[in-house]
Amino acid sequence: MPSSTPGFAMLDARAMVKRRLGLRLWLSGGWLVVLVVAATFAPWLAPHNPLEQDLFTSRLPPFWMAGAEPGYWLGTDSLGRDVLSRIMYGARIALVVALIAGTATALIGATLGLIAGYFRGWADLVISRLVDIWMAFPPVLFAILLIAVMGPGLVSVIVAIIVIDWTRFARVVRAEAMAQGAMDYVASAQVAGQKRLGTMLTEILPNVLPTIVVLLTLEMGIAVIVEAILSFVNLSISTDFPTWGGMIAEGRTSVHQAWWVLVFPLATLFLTVLSFSQLGEGLKDRFDPVLR
Amino acid sequence: MTDLYTVTDMHLSLADMVNKPLFGSAPRIDILHGLSFSIKRGEVLGIVGGSGSGKSTLGRVLVRLLEPSRGQVLFDGQDITHLNEDALRPLRRRFQMIFQDPMSSLNPRRTVGSIIAAPLKLHGFDRISVRVDQALDHVGLPRSFRTRYPHELSGGQRQRVGIARAIAMEPEFILADEIVSGLDVSSQAQVLKLLADLVADLGLTLAFISHDLSVIRRLCGTVMVLYQGRIVEHRASDALFAAPEAAYTRELLGAIPLPDPDQPWGAQAG
Ligand SMILES: Nc1ncnc2c1ncn2[C@@H]1O[C@H](COP(=O)(O)OP(=O)(O)OP(=O)(O)O)[C@@H](O)[C@H]1O
Ligand SMILES: [Mg+2]
Repeated sequence: MPSSTPGFAMLDARAMVKRRLGLRLWLSGGWLVVLVVAATFAPWLAPHNPLEQDLFTSRLPPFWMAGAEPGYWLGTDSLGRDVLSRIMYGARIALVVALIAGTATALIGATLGLIAGYFRGWADLVISRLVDIWMAFPPVLFAILLIAVMGPGLVSVIVAIIVIDWTRFARVVRAEAMAQGAMDYVASAQVAGQKRLGTMLTEILPNVLPTIVVLLTLEMGIAVIVEAILSFVNLSISTDFPTWGGMIAEGRTSVHQAWWVLVFPLATLFLTVLSFSQLGEGLKDRFDPVLR
Repeated sequence: MTDLYTVTDMHLSLADMVNKPLFGSAPRIDILHGLSFSIKRGEVLGIVGGSGSGKSTLGRVLVRLLEPSRGQVLFDGQDITHLNEDALRPLRRRFQMIFQDPMSSLNPRRTVGSIIAAPLKLHGFDRISVRVDQALDHVGLPRSFRTRYPHELSGGQRQRVGIARAIAMEPEFILADEIVSGLDVSSQAQVLKLLADLVADLGLTLAFISHDLSVIRRLCGTVMVLYQGRIVEHRASDALFAAPEAAYTRELLGAIPLPDPDQPWGAQAG
């Protein structure tokens, strides 16, 4: 047809544009992979039993310092327990909390936010009021109250994180869904005869997903911190199973004699939280078609 | 020729959310005040009028994105005035819409191929992949554009995707709401030529909303002039441009520059 001739002259210039290298994604993803491997295979990889005390090897310095013992790479604490092994086992708790609490928070918050923002009306009224009331409680008090009621432990920590942080997802996702809902492609889906639930899942959700992913990885970082804080004040897992927060609390008391007991878990915690927050942005840069 | 659309005394009011009291329902503002007209099969109807005159609102009633508050809208003899979404669904294939802003009307996180295919899947078309290719051919886009995202296209190309999505459904009626107003002059001309060819080739009925009278004059057989939610003139294009009857139409015609300043509009008709 005559009208179509100019179209075939159109260039496909996309192949000429190189995607930018996601250094951020590689660094943060790399650290988290190392951590996941270390945590998963800790029984085989850890050089020592993390609970084994040995007063003859107490406060050994890390491997490069004078007086270090071979096999105790990052030194030992005042009870002679291997710091590296304890960090690896501590990663198990940290990652389990990050994964479960982060995912559950995202699922609950994002679902409610999506429904409120897209369907509006009474659903929005109910959900938005709930969020407002929820956010009126001071979060730390809320968490401590909750753990006081449920008793300390891993489950309480996870529940506390979900209960406090779902509103963060709900608010952001609601605003985003609302903005997307006003776009013409949503009207276009209606013209095509798409059901509303279908439009929410196939048109709105893909556009809100990058935001959800960024929030989710941030939330995982937050979950790691919250778990560390709660185990620091002894409200998390109650046995003497190693946690990063617990190690930091113990290391603090002997920081002048054995700084490594404090510094290594602290650095691990810092790197992990940083990696989670960078991972989301990195994934977005790499996989969001709109930014490519 | 038979009537594809018959609209009788159609009123439309929308909730005025700005003046909504804290409790209770929002007051309603009337936007369309009793429109009656019909659109024949194969007709190309131009809808003009000032900003806020209700052109888009009227268009959105025709494709039933909005529900009239009073009156009746018949599509091919069937009353669609108050049909709910479930009852409308089988009919929806038959009236399609091309939107003004192709950036907003194409989902930015879907590829062109998936944008064109989605409505076809909903309506149970067969050989969807072939149909997508055909639709791209029709609007003069290379088939390789299937894997592109909307932001990787130019404005004119995006608008062609919007057109491809509409015609792929093999509709009887297409509403085009200011579809060239966001484009530069040369893409405007190309898209308009494409639309005119498609309407002729596919035997479509078209309602074309525009501010631009010279475009309407070139493209449309009949013209409807809206002013503050009322039809002030609705006639064959030649007759209307030759001798505008309503004072408002004359005002609209007077506001655009003539190709030859020595001749009035009437002398150029035909
Ligand atoms: N959702 C809404 N709520 C309240 N009033 C609305 C809404 N949408 C449109 N209106 C009002 O309805 C009237 C007609 O709007 P419409 O968009 O149909 O005009 P239009 O002729 O398409 O204008 P334009 O040429 O600027 O696109 C305007 O006065 C507008 O303010
Ligand atoms: Mg309009």
